Amino acid sequence: MSDHDHDGHAHHQESFVRKYIFSTDHKVIGIQYGLTSLLFLLIGFSLMMLMRWQLAFPGEALPLIGSLFSDSTMPDGVMQPEFYNQLGAMHGTIMVFLGIVPLAVGAFGNYIVPLQIGAPDMAFPKLNMASYWVFFVGGLIMLSSFWLPAGAAKAGWTSYPPLADIETTGQTMWLFGMIFLITSSLLGAVNFLTTIIQLRAPGMTLWRMPFFVWAQLVTSFLLLLAFPPLEAAGVLQLFDRLVGTSFFLPSGLVVSGELLDVAGGGSPLLWQHLFWFLAHPEVYVLILPAMGIVAEIVANNTRKPLWGYRVMVYSVIFLGFMSFIVWAHHMFITGMGTALSGFFQITTMIISIPSVIILSALFLSLWGASLRFTTPMLFALAFLPMFGLGGLTGLPLGLAPTDIPLHDTMYVIGHFHYVVAPGTILALFAGIYYWYPKATGRMLNEPLGKIHFWGSAISMNFIFFPMLIQGLAGVSRRLYDGGASYEFAQDVIHYNETMSIAAWVLGLFQLPFIFNFFWSIWKGKKVENDNPWDATTLEWTATTSPPLGHGNFETAPTVYRGPYEYSVPGHDTDFYPQDQP
Amino acid sequence: MQIPYTVEARPDTGVNNAKLGVWLFLASEIMLFGGLFSAYIFLRVGSPEWPGDILGHTYTSASEILNVPLAFVNTIVLIASSVTIVLSWAALAMGNFKKYRIYMGLTVLAGFGFLIIKAIEYSDKFSHGYLPAENNFLGIYFVMTGLHALHVIGGMIVNGYFLGPGAKMWKSDPKRFMSRIEVAGLYWHFVDLVWIFLFPTIYLI
Ligand code: HEM
Ligand SMILES: [Cu+2]
Repeated sequence: MSDHDHDGHAHHQESFVRKYIFSTDHKVIGIQYGLTSLLFLLIGFSLMMLMRWQLAFPGEALPLIGSLFSDSTMPDGVMQPEFYNQLGAMHGTIMVFLGIVPLAVGAFGNYIVPLQIGAPDMAFPKLNMASYWVFFVGGLIMLSSFWLPAGAAKAGWTSYPPLADIETTGQTMWLFGMIFLITSSLLGAVNFLTTIIQLRAPGMTLWRMPFFVWAQLVTSFLLLLAFPPLEAAGVLQLFDRLVGTSFFLPSGLVVSGELLDVAGGGSPLLWQHLFWFLAHPEVYVLILPAMGIVAEIVANNTRKPLWGYRVMVYSVIFLGFMSFIVWAHHMFITGMGTALSGFFQITTMIISIPSVIILSALFLSLWGASLRFTTPMLFALAFLPMFGLGGLTGLPLGLAPTDIPLHDTMYVIGHFHYVVAPGTILALFAGIYYWYPKATGRMLNEPLGKIHFWGSAISMNFIFFPMLIQGLAGVSRRLYDGGASYEFAQDVIHYNETMSIAAWVLGLFQLPFIFNFFWSIWKGKKVENDNPWDATTLEWTATTSPPLGHGNFETAPTVYRGPYEYSVPGHDTDFYPQDQP
Repeated sequence: MQIPYTVEARPDTGVNNAKLGVWLFLASEIMLFGGLFSAYIFLRVGSPEWPGDILGHTYTSASEILNVPLAFVNTIVLIASSVTIVLSWAALAMGNFKKYRIYMGLTVLAGFGFLIIKAIEYSDKFSHGYLPAENNFLGIYFVMTGLHALHVIGGMIVNGYFLGPGAKMWKSDPKRFMSRIEVAGLYWHFVDLVWIFLFPTIYLI
């Protein structure tokens, strides 16, 4: 980078392509990540809305748009089981790997972290650009697999063999796509860690870093260390599929009444171990940045320091470590011995402690505050009980005796959707409303934001709460007819209609957001000053809104105090910026 | 504002960005190979015999199938190349660019040597019908050594670049160039180290 001049006032012209497409500026890359991942969230959500039709009205033709689909997927608008499975597998994959993680880490992390620590950019700008484009290609590979003759992957986002080993070509595409996504997140993780460790501005000691930065730091460690084993597993599965090895195929496997012609001797459990070694830390990748966003917004809108900032930081670090030794709680029914299962039950109970501490600290931060009910704050406030419910419903799953009947039921689906949808997604929306003026210099419209908030928060509960009830009644997940053909499910399947309607209502309530998002770019209320929320952290106090071009700051800001010095007695305003002596 | 610590070390962390970056990258690489080593152990523990049945013959030791002497020679070749890359860096530290070229050249050459020997081993297996699909021992052998060979190729591309076009930086920014060679060296040592674990695990025990 040393051969360019990155002074914000230099008038050298960068070409459009260099500036907006192959940019190395973390802010542009952050926005690229943001727009792409929002689009993927919408796509993943649309797949689910299609599935919800089949679940609510099994076997009935989908009106209006049903005729747009091909004969192999929805002849006469009636969804085929194979297509339902594709939608399910790709919904999960897209939401997790192409929606939430890139939005939480790629977009928010990229845009906000360097600004919050007073850095001119990420440590490796070219790697940063590469990471976005590798992610983009991975996304295209995933999406394009829908147009294969036999369609996209059908073995679930968990891709369990033996099914995934003998599946149609969509699964091969899925594996290639994942290798791209893993590579991208690896490049990102190295970059975030180096940036946070090396590029902190003078005075920005570790204990002065905003909680959001801590959350991103731990998240990056998880991405760095948990993803590679899945990459290894992906390579092994590719070999099984393309070269004919039997890493995940046991001897004597019978498929459709015929003995499978492979050497055998492998183990499907091997995949499960390697997969969950990634995928449990991955759930913390989904939640930690959300906690970070909520912490920023809670501090800002309570006008008080966070309650127990240090304890929160210790908790998040502890969470990071622990998340590597709980993975087999996803595998209690695989017949592991009692000693092993005991170990994983204990670690799972231990890991819930730091989550509870962080959540409690955020709740306690509200105590005695005069809250500002801005739109970001509403989303952040809703996150707290919703994530709480998600976490609480996880406890019975973490104990083998209760997990064995609940495993693979709708209850599990309800549990993790509470954590990721009304949990993480609401927090991500909070972040968008909070930092939108940072990136654009204009506010999002508040009334529209409030409509978006109430509509989303309420309808989400009508989607996910009934899942818990259905699961407790024993309804399995991944059923093509939502349980209609099972005797015991008859009492609870009427919820399917409620849930589907709520899902479509949720879809409708995203329209005000989409409109608001684009309309405000040009027509939104201009910010009155660079720090419209009266915040204390550097991204608001040390640079303009929107920030300077490449390089962010005229000179590196100097940091004199902790991140949340709100309502300091004796100070003339109720916020004391980090860069004020 | 410029990105700080691209060449000189940050005082409180004691490293520059590139060095920290490569250490982090290597940590993830350890997890990648760690995943494969775990898979190896998992498959082995789950098999009644190891390596087991291949083309109708039951083997009880890997050395009956693999060529241990060749692999041993390869181990020596890689270790030697780890030494030469250190010497190339040391030559730069003494300002001797000519010597740097020689040692870096030897490092790249050793990479080629390693790959050629590996190719001889592979083609011997292929020509006898010992394909990855025959048996899980062969499968994991090909995956692990193949992935390692890809890492060797990656390292050779980097080293070759610093031997050829990348060496121009020695004139314009010698300190930064040295830092790059150091980083390339760290990676190359890692590739060497992986082999030092692979060799006994797969060939000997
Ligand atoms: C706080 C304590 C938590 C506990 C004790 C917990 C426990 C569990 C357990 C034991 C399962 C496996 C259930 C089964 O398959 O039978 C599970 C599934 C799951 N959890 Fe959690 N969890 C917690 C938090 C979270 C968080 C924070 C997230 C994500 C942000 C999350 C996401 C998931 C996902 C995605 C699955 C389902 C994976 C699948 O089978 O497809 N959980 N949880
Ligand atoms: Cu888990």
